[in-house]
Amino acid sequence: MTNHWVDFKNSDVFLIMGSNPASNHPVSWKWIQHAVENRGAKIICVDPRFTQSASKAHVYAPLRSGTDIAFLGGMIKYIIDNRLYFEEYIKHYTNASYLVNPAFKLPGENRGVFSGLKNGKYEKDTWSYQTDTEGVIKKDFTLRDPNCVFQLLRKHYSRYTPEIVSKITGTPKDKLIEIYKLYGSTGKPNRAGVELYAMGWTQHTVGVQNIRTMCIIQLLLGNIGIAGGGVAAMRGESNVQGSTDHGLLFHIWPGYLGTPTGSLKTLAEFNEKRTPKTKEKNSLNWWKNFPKYSASFLRSMYGTSTSLEEAYQLLPKLDDGANYSWLQIFDDMYKGKFTGFFAWGMNPACSGAHSNKVRQAMTKLDWMVNVNLFDNETGSFWRGPGMDPAKIKTEVFMLPCAASIEKEGSIANSGRLMQWRYKAVNPPGEALPDGDIMSELFFRVKKLYLQKSGPNSRAITKLTWPYGKFEGKHFHYNPRAVAAEINGCFLQDKTVENPTKKGEFKTFKKGDLVPTFAWLQDDGSTSSGCWVYCGSVGEKGNLAMRRGTKDNSGIGLYPDWAWSWPVNRRIIYNGASVDPNGKPWDPRRAVIKWDGAKWTGDVPDGVGDPGKGRPPFIMKPDGVASLYGPGLADGPFPEHYEPLECPVEKNLMSPQKNNPTIKRFDKPGVGSDLDVYSGVDTCDPRYPFVATTYRVSEHWQTGVLTRWCPWLAEMQPGMFVEMSNELAEERGIKNGDKCIVRSPRGEVECTAIVTPRFKPLVINGNDIHQIGIPWHYGWITTKDRKYNKGDKKAEVFTFGDAANLLTPTIGDANTMIPETKAFMANVVKKEVR
Amino acid sequence: MNVSRRGFLKLSGAVAAVSGLGISLKPAAAHAKELKIKYAKETTTVCPYCSVGCSIIVSQRDGKVINTEGDPDSPINKGSLCSKGGSIYQMAVNENRLEKPLYRAPNTAEWKEVEWEWALDKIAENIKKSRDASFKRTNTKGELVNRTEGIASVGSAAMDLEECFTYQKFLRGLGLVYIEHQARI
Repeated sequence: MTNHWVDFKNSDVFLIMGSNPASNHPVSWKWIQHAVENRGAKIICVDPRFTQSASKAHVYAPLRSGTDIAFLGGMIKYIIDNRLYFEEYIKHYTNASYLVNPAFKLPGENRGVFSGLKNGKYEKDTWSYQTDTEGVIKKDFTLRDPNCVFQLLRKHYSRYTPEIVSKITGTPKDKLIEIYKLYGSTGKPNRAGVELYAMGWTQHTVGVQNIRTMCIIQLLLGNIGIAGGGVAAMRGESNVQGSTDHGLLFHIWPGYLGTPTGSLKTLAEFNEKRTPKTKEKNSLNWWKNFPKYSASFLRSMYGTSTSLEEAYQLLPKLDDGANYSWLQIFDDMYKGKFTGFFAWGMNPACSGAHSNKVRQAMTKLDWMVNVNLFDNETGSFWRGPGMDPAKIKTEVFMLPCAASIEKEGSIANSGRLMQWRYKAVNPPGEALPDGDIMSELFFRVKKLYLQKSGPNSRAITKLTWPYGKFEGKHFHYNPRAVAAEINGCFLQDKTVENPTKKGEFKTFKKGDLVPTFAWLQDDGSTSSGCWVYCGSVGEKGNLAMRRGTKDNSGIGLYPDWAWSWPVNRRIIYNGASVDPNGKPWDPRRAVIKWDGAKWTGDVPDGVGDPGKGRPPFIMKPDGVASLYGPGLADGPFPEHYEPLECPVEKNLMSPQKNNPTIKRFDKPGVGSDLDVYSGVDTCDPRYPFVATTYRVSEHWQTGVLTRWCPWLAEMQPGMFVEMSNELAEERGIKNGDKCIVRSPRGEVECTAIVTPRFKPLVINGNDIHQIGIPWHYGWITTKDRKYNKGDKKAEVFTFGDAANLLTPTIGDANTMIPETKAFMANVVKKEVR
Repeated sequence: MNVSRRGFLKLSGAVAAVSGLGISLKPAAAHAKELKIKYAKETTTVCPYCSVGCSIIVSQRDGKVINTEGDPDSPINKGSLCSKGGSIYQMAVNENRLEKPLYRAPNTAEWKEVEWEWALDKIAENIKKSRDASFKRTNTKGELVNRTEGIASVGSAAMDLEECFTYQKFLRGLGLVYIEHQARI
């Protein structure tokens, strides 16, 4: 989230699209309702289904899953046509004025794709900016040049008329206009609009572009950086913000440092490649500090026991252009590439798209380690439906770990707020905290490599691990020590110039905590595990433990409650909440203010002294936000493409049906025999309905924890399929009937819920049905499975298996997040084929 | 007077000190006695489910969780919890929790309880064997890549920040590049 949960109280208009916070982030609704009651805020909800959030909205509109870009592209057109945009904001704070290469072509003039497409990849030379002889980007602040970003944006979305958008999305035209008008009203300096999304936007082949479209809208309306504004990425796990921050992904080291590739032979080459440059003289270009963060990270791995260069060499490198992400892991696993696998605090047998493939893939492993609180479909995959244990060679270790209240440590919520959790009780039986388990494994592996030779063994034996101590044979992990290492410290006595006050020097002693990341060094004299958390632990202790409830801001910043990254800033990009002279666009809702000598309010972001011309989006090399985003794989502007599996023959917007840059796993030599799709080139009458997955309040993720809690299992006991009255009648299904939902990849038994919450959508003149299924279930907590002696048995059984048995192996062009929110399926009454 | 539950506890704790004033606080004291969290030790935590970050007060007595409830001091949830957050008591007090390491040998049809020492030793040996057999010093272009190609890892956003950092350290130290978790799905 750019802002934070309490900040919802400052909004005038909520656009809930791609999410259902009333069900899935229930307590956030406290602040939405607060805004409705106290400032007359309006709620818009756009969703294929009339959700609990929709039931509280002032305006609801249905749309077909996977057509969000068409819907929002129409909004961009409406905002520009009706001059609802915030002109001063886009001129100063976005790249609206930048001039683009005249050779650049938009999809409307290039058969549905941008210029440069070759073999499913874009060559981006025509996407460049025009520059002067010094290399400075040419700009037109009148925004009239036909090659300026603003005019290209206008031209691109001129094709997104309400008529065509309605035909694609199935949203009635009058609803489109009503919503465009209401949301467009937040383009005034004294109005704030916020968008709330979750997996309803990410799990698509155009997931990143869904969010980009909204970012463009928020920038056009001047809604980024202000109180009550922003884009709220409402994440699905209590610490998924933090696990991302800490680089548990193939492509990033902690702190969003891009993982090195083999072609970057030295630390210097790596730093050179990853450090952005700019010729814009007023731009701060914060990422110029990259070498400080990479050096400090390397020190946190190996301390001073190796040189920085050796630390860089020891760590693994990717191949250029190769992908090692989720879908690829299970594809490679299915093909027998891995002998070992850790499923640590995860249940991929239910959470992975195309779960049948995932479950089959695990039979190819020699060994698997599964760490969890309860027995689950992953650890016990070898005895799941359709499996013959005698034929499965995989050796499995299921290790019991402590729950959140049985250990201490911190987590980061969606608002980047790092909050400490204390230990209340011991874990049951012999269960151990995860930190203890990984430490025990580390010391054992290290010992093996000290005793026997092995390749690149220094990468293991030189890792620092000052995270606790042995008591007897057992290692007790100390999270407070790790939190301090993540913050970072000086590794030697050093005198450093104050980064914010030229000419002022400060002397640090070896071991002193680094006050903020601005003090980190690129010469190996500082260590910091994750630079964005630098400042979280200091002289005043671990700030995540703070419980101060004062809020002098009046806008709910609560700066003394815990700590948020970066540097306790609660609203990021807040430098854009003031005009270039430092005056808040909306004084009644000021986030920061210049009092003549200094900034007051939130920790300011990106501002210099007012009037000096520094553009506030300092994490972008040029200092401005991107209406035009040439960094993405699938185009600098979002364009509507159909989901890979869809109920229409053609993309009404252009001759290009799907995102042209996605990786198709059904192509020869790419995926596997199990990777089949339906409704790609033509509609497939065997799978006529659009299907989508979602959550209910009472369960979490695959239900790996909640299905074992009887209160919750009783409230939501099993798999269901939600469908319209019209579809139910067509199929002879009654509420409560047992049904089979089927896709080319699998089938799931569900109980029918027949409701008016779904309605057939009219798509280009045809009635299209959509069905919805929750994804929380799995066979392990069902009554009818085989139980061995000693097996755990849920106190309240649940019914049904994973929704992901139906979903395809296909991902977003940029992130490879699977498209599990829009695929094709059939539903029939059980025993009817 | 608007007394929050925590405020009320502070008041009732002061009963003994002020009773000398001659004011009868018996009704309040009697009420306090009935609270199931009497003599309990309170700690605070944050809900492990969605990403709102609601604070929860956990009360334990004799090493057992006896109550969990929303923390009124949190500026985010101000004491409120949803159905899931309100149920975390059942995550700690639940006879179905795994209490011992389990092992499934190749081609067998059941779990066996094993000792930690044995399981951890065996996993460490497996790691070394898989790593050594699949380690690539250089790629097909001859570039130094120092990576273990035969082991993959998924997880976990369910861990604490400190554990996430430590886990990536462990995996990258082993040379893994196939490192993924919930954020990708």
